[in-house]
Amino acid sequence: MSALEATGTSAPLPDYEIPFSRRGPAATRDVVAFGFWLFLLSDIVIFATLFAGYAVLSGQTARGPTGVELFDRGRVLLETACLLTSSFTCGLFAMSCVKRIRAATYLWGAVTFLLGASFIALELSEFARLIAQGAGPTRSAFLSAFFSLVGTHGLHVTIGLCWLLVMLAQVATLGFRPKILRRLLCFSLFWHTLDIVWIGVFTIVYLGAH
Amino acid sequence: MSKQGETTDEAGGAAPGAHGSLPKYLTGFGFAVLLTLTSFWAAGTHLVWAPGVPVLLAALAIAQMGVHLVYFLNVSSAPDQTNNFLALAFGIFVVGLVVFGSMIIMANLNANMMPMEQLIQMQR
Repeated sequence: MSALEATGTSAPLPDYEIPFSRRGPAATRDVVAFGFWLFLLSDIVIFATLFAGYAVLSGQTARGPTGVELFDRGRVLLETACLLTSSFTCGLFAMSCVKRIRAATYLWGAVTFLLGASFIALELSEFARLIAQGAGPTRSAFLSAFFSLVGTHGLHVTIGLCWLLVMLAQVATLGFRPKILRRLLCFSLFWHTLDIVWIGVFTIVYLGAH
Repeated sequence: MSKQGETTDEAGGAAPGAHGSLPKYLTGFGFAVLLTLTSFWAAGTHLVWAPGVPVLLAALAIAQMGVHLVYFLNVSSAPDQTNNFLALAFGIFVVGLVVFGSMIIMANLNANMMPMEQLIQMQR
């Protein structure tokens, strides 16, 4: 195996070719990202319980309105477009952060924020419309489950928007220090994960409505 | 930025989300848009046999989640990503257990429930 022959030479080996005992501590960024990844997975487990609740209760409308009567697919497509595009611009945002380009960071940060905020605005107006129609969370078990699931996702996006503003302020005041770059990496992971949860929401709740 | 800060902070590529590049994000975005539009089309179409639509929607959703994981979150099964990948596998396992376990148990309970009329008669 070439790895064994190369051990004596100065040519750097890829990390995984070096035995664990000789690797030394992992880079701070890898440890931080791994810890945050574990948090995100546990967050996904929270959403899994809400999805399970929704799946069980979605038929229990208590003679009230059903999903097909309530949901407007055009609006959901618009919400999805906002969130998906914001996930893409968040990737561009993260890339400009790594390259330490300030103007691009602010631009893509602002675009991500605006798209996320439009998503929240669309969702809130949908909630307001449902409650005005008398289809609030207290109407039936189906609507309780719907508001818990979609509301928890919306709450996550809102927290993400606050976090994004804080990160932009930190880039402005503290610059691209390693610590700030690690936080930016965590933020982009959070934002992409929320989009993954939204795929489940629009497929199961809106498109799967029966 | 000190030299040391750079070496400890940018050396590793083992973090999820560490390998982003423009072509990769563009490809991922393209796939995601395609899969989303197909999902919305599939939900309203009569071209697909109606009972097969939920299966099609599930397949499209899982494919899109995969696209997001690979192209946006940059999770892969590369040797330096073993920890991230194992954590993801465990997460998927727990999610499956919670969702499908709850659905099976509740459907079973529901099927074995006494019909409402009989229940009311017993309470009299």
